Amino acid sequence: MATAIRPDKTDLREPRGWRRAKDRIATVLMVIAFVIVIIPLGFVLGTVIAKGASIISAQFLTSSIPYNVAPANVGGMGPAVLGTILITALATVLAVPIGILAAIYINEYGGNQFLTRLIRFMADVMTGVPSIIMGLFIFAIWVIHFGYSGLAGAFALGCLMLPLVIRSSEEMLRLVPDSLREGSYALGASKARVTLTVVLPAVLSGIVSGSLLAVARAAGETAPVLFTIFTVTTANPNVFSGANTTLAAQIFANASQPYVGAQDRGWGAALTLVVIAFILLVAARLVTGRVARVSR
Amino acid sequence: MHEPDQDLTKLGLPELAAHHEEAPSKPGNTIFDTQNVSIYYGSFKAVTDVSLSIYENEITAFIGPSGCGKTTVLRTLNRMNDLIPTARVEGNVTYRGEALYAPAVSATAVRRHIGMVFQKPNPFPKSIYDNVAYGPRINGERKKARLDEIVERSLRHAALWEEVKDRLSKSGLSLSGGQAQRLCIARTLAVEPDVILMDEPCSALDPIATGRIEDLMHEIKSQYTIVIVTHNMQQAARVSDRTAFYSVLRDEKSDVRTGTLVEYDLTENIFANPRDPRTQAYVTGRVGLGSTRLAA
Repeated sequence: MATAIRPDKTDLREPRGWRRAKDRIATVLMVIAFVIVIIPLGFVLGTVIAKGASIISAQFLTSSIPYNVAPANVGGMGPAVLGTILITALATVLAVPIGILAAIYINEYGGNQFLTRLIRFMADVMTGVPSIIMGLFIFAIWVIHFGYSGLAGAFALGCLMLPLVIRSSEEMLRLVPDSLREGSYALGASKARVTLTVVLPAVLSGIVSGSLLAVARAAGETAPVLFTIFTVTTANPNVFSGANTTLAAQIFANASQPYVGAQDRGWGAALTLVVIAFILLVAARLVTGRVARVSR
Repeated sequence: MHEPDQDLTKLGLPELAAHHEEAPSKPGNTIFDTQNVSIYYGSFKAVTDVSLSIYENEITAFIGPSGCGKTTVLRTLNRMNDLIPTARVEGNVTYRGEALYAPAVSATAVRRHIGMVFQKPNPFPKSIYDNVAYGPRINGERKKARLDEIVERSLRHAALWEEVKDRLSKSGLSLSGGQAQRLCIARTLAVEPDVILMDEPCSALDPIATGRIEDLMHEIKSQYTIVIVTHNMQQAARVSDRTAFYSVLRDEKSDVRTGTLVEYDLTENIFANPRDPRTQAYVTGRVGLGSTRLAA
């Protein structure tokens, strides 16, 4: 039996020599890689905060956008804050329900049919479409006929969000074990019931957090917005008609100005946008933390 | 190793002897009747030629080696196999004289009469209360008082009430394996099915939890008809009135394995006096000979 080849003394210590050295080298390399990734992020955040923080105030967030020649302490980004919130919200209302329903279709109803594979493929292709192309597309089919409006911007942003919502929701739905579905079917539930009362509640917070990430991404888009809402300096609370503005569009417009005051307001808008995205990311984090424990 | 002429008490025959008086000499109403049933997954024939009758207020056990199709047959009895797109049933299956696979029959309606408990406990990620109330709710029960009553009665019936009555609002996932399985049984009892199908309900449980569930089966059999799949022959001997022994037919050339019903009789006959040598080999533990010899 095996007793014959056992060593006299059991040695459970960490192996020495080359194996340990490899472990050290790999650890150091990974730490270096991590730091290299963190550095650009740190610089971006640092610069935005350093240049934008001094200008942010309640007045900055609400006042209208002045002439570009105005000094930094005059006016603010009120119309852009309003436009960003309204247009992103409208895009969310348009894209998230369709995205979630598409994901439910793909995962719960579609099986492996042609239509399922088509939707999945299209979502992948849409993810890869450059955002400026999406803006041009909405410009060509909508803006040319109906003019610039917040709605056109929401269409463009919605098109960008849609594939992200579909794929993230689908990933979440796939986490639901079939045994849960079977448990519900075995009690006489119809497919719609199973989906609505067992599958969706189990991963709802995951779907919400995936959608929030898509919202954060859309809020920061510039190119599709330039083509669809124009960029104006006055507040336009009517998203359904007339040119509008967003923080991202305003950053672009201000950054190309020679006036220091306009550039400073651009930095302030940049910081505001980063904070909005950060709030959405933290919210997404909080809801995801809850789902992880439910869907073991 | 097992001796061929081992002491049959090891197979749980003392319990069988005690149980003997309960076994009805005259069977009650026929609940299920299957005639020459074959089940396919795509072109693969998983089970061939099963003909048996299952009687009211009896516990019927399905035993046999892995891959012999016991679970597959069980899942045809409440049309759970419908959930597998490629599955197909040939032959006649009747439930109380009605053809289960007639075009007009709704699988959802079937499953409201024929509940199922699964191998792995699968409580929903909802509260204990909502788990039990789930079935009545999907059947349209909305009154809180009525639901409270059903939840308490079902949990008492499943011998779980005393353990969970103070934490009905806690997640069903917080229960131990044995408790979770009793919760799943309570959830099934809550819809007051006619038949309960159990697919190896104790395979993930320790002997104490297993004992509780077996006691429970004895308590509820006066009101329900139970069909249980088990790998544990002692369990079949302890709890069942009738036992069906399934085995595997192996095609020598293609190595395709198909399950089939070998012998179906009163439990004491299957264990003490089997007619088929394959049954004898299995119940006495001489199965190390391999499925080829068994199927010969």
